[in-house]
Amino acid sequence: MGGGCWGQSSPWACGCEGPYGCEVAEAGACGCWGLGARCVMRTPPHEALHPHSSTSSGPRSRAAAMNCRAEVLEVSVEGRQVEEAMLAVLHTVLLHRSTGKFHYKKEGTYSIGTVGTQDVDCDFIDFAYVRVSSEELDRALRKAVGEFKPPPCRPQDALRSSGSDGMGQISLEFYQKKKSRWPFSDECIPWELWTIKVNVVNLANEQERQICREKVGEKLCEKIINIVEVMNRHEYLPKMPTQSEVDNVFDTSLKDVQPYLYKISYQITDTLGTSVTTTMRRLIKDTLAL
Amino acid sequence: MDTDLSSQDRKDLDKFIKFFALKTVQVIVQARLGEKICTRSSSSPTGSDWFNLAIKDIPEVTHEAKKALAGQLPAVGRSMCVEISLKTSEGDSMELEIWCLEMNEKCDKEIKVSYTVYNRLSLLLKSLLAITRVTPAYRLSRKQGHEYVILYRIYFGEVQLSGLGEGFQTVRVGTVGTPVGTITLSCAYRINLAFMSTRQFERTPPIMGIIIDHFVDRPYPSSSPMHPCNYRAGEDNGAVYPSVEDSQEVCTTSFSTSPPSQLSSSRLSYQPAALGVGSADMGYPVLFAGGLNAAHPHQLIGPGKEGGVPPVPSQPAHGTQADQERMCTPLDGVHYSAATPSSSEDTETVSNSSEGKCGSPHDLLETIFIRKVGAFVNKPINQVTMANLDIPFAMFAPKNVELEDNDPMVNPPDSPETESPLQGSLHSEGSSGSSAGNTHDDFVMIDFKPAFSKDDILPMDLGTFYREFQNPPQLSSLSIDIGAQSMAEDLDSLPEKLAVHEKNVKEFDAFVETLQ
Repeated sequence: MGGGCWGQSSPWACGCEGPYGCEVAEAGACGCWGLGARCVMRTPPHEALHPHSSTSSGPRSRAAAMNCRAEVLEVSVEGRQVEEAMLAVLHTVLLHRSTGKFHYKKEGTYSIGTVGTQDVDCDFIDFAYVRVSSEELDRALRKAVGEFKPPPCRPQDALRSSGSDGMGQISLEFYQKKKSRWPFSDECIPWELWTIKVNVVNLANEQERQICREKVGEKLCEKIINIVEVMNRHEYLPKMPTQSEVDNVFDTSLKDVQPYLYKISYQITDTLGTSVTTTMRRLIKDTLAL
Repeated sequence: MDTDLSSQDRKDLDKFIKFFALKTVQVIVQARLGEKICTRSSSSPTGSDWFNLAIKDIPEVTHEAKKALAGQLPAVGRSMCVEISLKTSEGDSMELEIWCLEMNEKCDKEIKVSYTVYNRLSLLLKSLLAITRVTPAYRLSRKQGHEYVILYRIYFGEVQLSGLGEGFQTVRVGTVGTPVGTITLSCAYRINLAFMSTRQFERTPPIMGIIIDHFVDRPYPSSSPMHPCNYRAGEDNGAVYPSVEDSQEVCTTSFSTSPPSQLSSSRLSYQPAALGVGSADMGYPVLFAGGLNAAHPHQLIGPGKEGGVPPVPSQPAHGTQADQERMCTPLDGVHYSAATPSSSEDTETVSNSSEGKCGSPHDLLETIFIRKVGAFVNKPINQVTMANLDIPFAMFAPKNVELEDNDPMVNPPDSPETESPLQGSLHSEGSSGSSAGNTHDDFVMIDFKPAFSKDDILPMDLGTFYREFQNPPQLSSLSIDIGAQSMAEDLDSLPEKLAVHEKNVKEFDAFVETLQ
């Protein structure tokens, strides 16, 4: 049988060395090295099968504790379109992963608030999408996407600078918190991971930009269809929590909607093709393997 | 089949499916109105928002949907379909999409109705919201207006995809399993947009071939209607439609439906009555009469602003009824349909309307009228008349002129004034007009204020400044005769100057040393 969870035994046949197992039958075929898994898990949560792996810290706990569904989307955009394309995808995912605010009543019942939606037109792409009507959420996403574009003063790894075609990826991870006893900190157990790989191209003239506008718009339409397809498989979702547990499942900090707990991270590859986080992960893995 | 389901669960499930069908129709139709939809999130549940989503109910659409369903629910072999089609101003129409809500026999007995099914239906509606913006018809519907409008039709029964042309594509929005069957929501959409339908119309001959010019971006709305008024004749049939000025804000969406029994003939039968739909006629009120023959297209309208058209009379007073009262009457009398978004958006869209349609009279009031002397007229006077805010055309009123006196700018041949032009202009605002200022009306120019040029500190703005300094006087040293004179003088005075400088050599040297 293959590895699957950092050397621990795994029920998965693929034998991949990523932190998330998968059901691909062929060894090494799925290529899921943590981020960017191409396969979709259908097995029950990992915890039931691997109770021993849940107490380790660092990347192991993150990797091995829970079976995590992972989806990868790839887009090729021009520099100006990066922000809008990212926001379109992130908002579409969060639209499906947000509910109204819970109001717990007595006897363990709760009522759910209402989620409003609004249309957003893109300026640099011939595309429109729907997002949740929540300014706080929009701000949070814009901030995260804004950080995804490093300032152009560092041309060797700036995603949007001219003269270099950059690559990068942004990850949206939904997780649950699991309280640990003191002195250990709470664990964050991911249950769904969306990775958006961005390939930034540089265009020479206005005509190319116009074509790019339309093409990227069509591509984004396909991505939305992909997202909706995944969402409607109705696979694992965290159980609806009790009042005491709601903060372990949902982000209750927003005042009008309640998305599942999520975090956004990103990495940027410079033109040399090496990525910072990959290097770090390799270092950690090597260290732990000693 | 459903003996496992308790009666309460069964009732709940039926209710969920019914309201899901109604909300599905609302989402689809609202997505094809041609405007951006915006609803607000509310943290406290209102109790009336099905599936915890803020989806407004357009009364006409609900009415049509209920009529189509006729008390039934989607079941095996009985699907609810929403057909979206496009109709040009010349009367040609083309089916763009068919949205199908189907039920199949695959049951999921273990699923909990009141919780899981409900939440999954909510998720499916969200997916529908996303997918409706992604099909090609969305972009077409956002650009609808003079050349074409988008129609919808709801029917119940067998799905008919033949009108979509060759090679149509399907996208599945999602499925939800229930104890009585699996609900599937999908969309089949046309790819080949250049193909026009070949259906025979009673009045207009079909136009074969490619008519791509109908789908270009509309130019900015002109104020004149494209078609004569005789389309009004169909008013009693409810077949006249208001025009659309700007697809961003105003929705002219003609909606049609047909009852289930007239499935095959309905498409032909409603065509004649629908002729008026593409007209870009302005301000045509449309009466939606609840008792209309279902074969005729229905129109979403606002309350009639032109004579004699009462507002929608027979609809239940939903909350969206208030939308109809929030119509803006723009300057040119175009009507907005009832299907406007929430009131907060109304004012926004109104104020953003293009071409100053609802547009501010302030544009007139802020104009500065400048009387500028013609280029070939050697008259000195520049008159600046600040238009009184109350009298836009103060130019033609009895004059209260303020002169820019001492303005050398307009008199290049004259000897240049010692007073700086800037100073002169600064004083112009405060100076009283001299009498000579009112004689030259060679032509009147309305000053265009340059952007961002308003300066509260100086009483003069950038435009005035620029105009004044457009014609600076020649440098005195460059003018020939003066220059020649001064050259000669300079040459003559050179020896004297040299002698003086030689006397002061020591002073100069000391000075130079201090510099080093």
